[in-house]
Amino acid sequence: MSSHAVSHNDVIHFDPYGKKLGMWLFLFTEVLLFGGLFIVYATYRFMNHEAFHEGSAELDLVIGAINTVFLLTSSLTVALSITALQKGNAKLSVNLIMITILFAGAFMMNKYYEWTLKFEHGLFPGMEHYNQLSNGEAQFFNLYFLMTGLHAIHVIVGAIILLIVAYHIKKGNVTKDRYIYLENGGLYWHLVDVIWIYLFPLFYLII
Amino acid sequence: MSEEHGTHIVEYKFNILIWIDLLIFTLITIEIAQFDFQALTVVIALVVATIKTYLVGTYFMHLKFENRFLQAIVIGVGILFFVVLFFLFTDYLYF
Amino acid sequence: MTAIPQSGAYVNFYQEKRGFLSWLVTEDHKRIALLYFWAISVFFVVAFILGLIMRLELIAPGRTLLDPQTYNEVFTLHGVIMIFLFIIPGIPAIFGNFSLPMLIGAPDVAFPKLNLISWYLYVLGGILALSTLLYGEGPADTGWTFYAPYSVKTGTNVTVAVLAAFVLGFSSILTGVNFIVTMHQMRAPGMSWMKMPLFPWALYATAWIQVLATPVVGITLLMIVAERTLGIGLFDPALGGDPVLYQHLFWIYSHPAVYIMVLPAMGLVSELLPVFVKKSIFGYKVIVYSSLAIAFIGYFVWGHHMFTSGMSGPARIIFSVLTFLVAIPSAIKVFNWVSTLYKGSIEIRTPLLYALAFIFLFTIGGLTGLVVGALATDIHVHDTYFVVGHFHYVMFGGTGFAFFGAIHFYFPKIWGRMYNQKMANVAFSILFVGFNLVYFPMLVLGMMGMPRRYYDYLPEFTLPNQISTVGSWILAIGLILMITNLIRGRKGPKASSNPWGSVTLDWTHTQSPPTLYNFEKTPEIERGPYDYTDYEAYIKKNLQS
Repeated sequence: MSSHAVSHNDVIHFDPYGKKLGMWLFLFTEVLLFGGLFIVYATYRFMNHEAFHEGSAELDLVIGAINTVFLLTSSLTVALSITALQKGNAKLSVNLIMITILFAGAFMMNKYYEWTLKFEHGLFPGMEHYNQLSNGEAQFFNLYFLMTGLHAIHVIVGAIILLIVAYHIKKGNVTKDRYIYLENGGLYWHLVDVIWIYLFPLFYLII
Repeated sequence: MSEEHGTHIVEYKFNILIWIDLLIFTLITIEIAQFDFQALTVVIALVVATIKTYLVGTYFMHLKFENRFLQAIVIGVGILFFVVLFFLFTDYLYF
Repeated sequence: MTAIPQSGAYVNFYQEKRGFLSWLVTEDHKRIALLYFWAISVFFVVAFILGLIMRLELIAPGRTLLDPQTYNEVFTLHGVIMIFLFIIPGIPAIFGNFSLPMLIGAPDVAFPKLNLISWYLYVLGGILALSTLLYGEGPADTGWTFYAPYSVKTGTNVTVAVLAAFVLGFSSILTGVNFIVTMHQMRAPGMSWMKMPLFPWALYATAWIQVLATPVVGITLLMIVAERTLGIGLFDPALGGDPVLYQHLFWIYSHPAVYIMVLPAMGLVSELLPVFVKKSIFGYKVIVYSSLAIAFIGYFVWGHHMFTSGMSGPARIIFSVLTFLVAIPSAIKVFNWVSTLYKGSIEIRTPLLYALAFIFLFTIGGLTGLVVGALATDIHVHDTYFVVGHFHYVMFGGTGFAFFGAIHFYFPKIWGRMYNQKMANVAFSILFVGFNLVYFPMLVLGMMGMPRRYYDYLPEFTLPNQISTVGSWILAIGLILMITNLIRGRKGPKASSNPWGSVTLDWTHTQSPPTLYNFEKTPEIERGPYDYTDYEAYIKKNLQS
C-alpha cells in the first residue's frame, strides 16, 4: 500500500472525547471573554452604585424575564435533542433542534424590540437622552449594550452551529453512535444560556 | 490512554424536571429582587444564578457523567475567575 | 493509534505532495510549522530592523534620524510585532508544532485543520498590523500596551492595530486548545504523563495560559475599539471611566503572556541540555511542577506592572509578594539546569551554546526582575531604560536565544542537512557579545534615570547610548552571519537521523526529514525521556536508515 493513499482518518482515529475536551477549552475562552466584561461591570457597579440602580430601572423586567424563559426552554430542547439522538430518534432530534432555533429567533425578536425601545428613548451612546445621563448611568448603558450585544451575537452563532448540526443529522453524518458534534453544539448553546443566567439579574434586577 | 466515551443517556423526563427547577429559580430570583437586602441583594442574585448554572452544567451539559478531570477544570476556571476578581478588588476596596 | 500504514520506500514529508498549493492547504503539522517559520522569520527581521532604526536615532542626543511622532510609531510597531508576531507564537507555533507530535509519539496534532486555520489567522493578524503603515495617520503611537485614555484619543490607526492583536490572540488560543487535547489524547501507549518530555510539558503549561488569559485581552481590546467607534467612555476618566481598570485588564492577560513567551523556551532548554550532556535531566518532576507553578502563579501577578499607576497600598503589597513567589519556580529551573551540567560529559555544540546563553541571560533578566518587582526600587526604575534592559534580557536573551538554539538543534531534523558548525559558533559568539553590548548599558542608563520611550535624552546619557547603538550593529552582524550560515546549510552535507545522539522519540524513531506521519509504526515507550544509560546501544537499535 502506497503511503500516498493514506488519509488523515486512517492514522488519526475519531476521538469524541478529544473533541469534547477541545470544545470545553473553547468554552473556557468564551467564559473569560465575557469574564473581562463582568470584571468591568463589577468595578463600575462598585463605583456607581446609585447610578446603576437608576439605569436598571429603565430596563423592562418583563422583556428580560420572558427572554430568560425562552433561553432556558431552548436549553431544554437541545438537551432533549441529544437524548433523542442517543436513543436513535434522529427525526425527533432534528425537530427539537428546530424548536431550539425558533426560541433563539424569538429571543432575538424580543431583544430587537427591547433595543428599539431604547433607541426611541435615545439611550444608545451618542443619542440625545444618553448624552444627558450622569457618567455612572452612561456606564451602565455602555455595558448593557456591550454585554447584551455580544451575547446576542453568540445567540446567532449558536443558532447557526445548531442549524449546521441539524443538517448533518439529516444527512446521516451525525448519528446515534457518533453524536459528538451535536453534543458540542449543545454545549455551546448551554454556555450562551449560562451567560444570560448571569446577565439577567445583573442588569434587570438591581435594587 | 483515551477515556471511554460515556454514553450515559439523560432521560426526557429528567431533563424536563431540571427545566422546571430552572424556571422556579428564575421566579425566585425575580421575587427576591423586590426586597432590598442592601449589599446582600447582589450576592443573593449571584448565588441563585450560580445554582442555575450548576443545574445546567451538571445535567444539560452532562458534566455529572464526565470524568474527574473535566469536572475539575470546569470548577477550576470558575475559581480562577473569582480569584482574579478578588485580587482586582484589593485595589478598589482600599482606595 | 496502532495501524500506521507501512510505506515501501522512504518518502519524506516534502516529497509527499509537491507544489506551492499543497503547502497552503496542508494539514501536516511539520509543514504548518514551516509555514509559521517563514512568516515569523519575516516579521522578526522587520521588527529587528525597526529596533536598529531606534538605536540609530538614540546614538546622539536630539533629533538624529526620526521626528518624535515617527519614533513613537516605530517603537510601537517594534513592540507589537515582536510581542504578538514573534515571541508569543514563535516557539510554540514553530517548534511546538514541529516536534510536539514527534516527542509524544503521535502522527499529528489532535486538530490538524484547526492548526492550519490558526496559521491563516496569524497571517491575517500580521497583515492587519503591517497595514497600519499604509493609510490614515500612520501606525499606532501608543506603545504596544495601548494604554487608555491616550489610545482612545490618538488619531493614529489604533483600531486596526488592536484588531490585529485580537485576531492574533485568537490564533494563539486555537494553538493552545490543539496542544492540550493533543497531549491528553495522543501520547504513545506507555507514555504516562511523567514520562512525557519536558518541552511538551512546558507547552502544556503554556497552552493553558493561552486558553485562559488571551480572551481577557481580547475583550479589553474590543472595548478599546467600541470606545473609539461609539465615543463611549469605558476607560476615559472625563466620561467616568477608569484608565487604571484598563491597565488591570490589559495586564491580566499580558503578564501571563510573558510566561507564554518564556515557558516554551525553558522547555526547549530542558530538552537540549541532556542531549549534549548525555545525562538525565536533574529533577525531572520538579521542572514539570515548576512549569505548572509558573503558569498558575503567573496569573496573579499582573499588578506589578502598575506599582506607580495609583493602585491601592494593600494591592501593591499583595502583587509584590506574589511576584516574588513566581521567582521561586523560575529559580528552581535554573538550579536544575546547572545541576544537569554537573559531572556530565559535556559536548560543546552550537545548540548547547545557545542553551547556556539562555541560562546566563535569563538569570540576569530574572534577577533584574526582582529589582522591578520590589515596591521601593520599582519607584526608582519604573519607566526607565532599566525596565527595557530587564525585559530584553528575558525576552531576547532568554526566549530569543532559545529560539535560535532550537533552529540549530532541529535544523538537521527539519531539512535533513547540517550547517557549518564552526561558522554557527562564530555567529553565536558575535550575537552574544552584541546582545550584551546593546542591553547591559540600558540597565545602567535606567539606574542613572533615563526614561524610556523618548527619541531624545540628556547629554550625560550619551556614552552608554553610543555603546548600546554600536552593540546593535554587532548584534545585526551576528544575526546576518547566523542567517546566511543557516541558508547555506540547507545545501550542506546530509545529516543522519540522529546527529546529536538524543534519546527522545523525535530523533530515535523518525527519519530526517520525517515521513508524513512521522513514525513507521507507533513507537513503544521503553524508557524515560532522558534515560542516557547505554544510550548508544539504544540509539543504534532504533537507527533509521
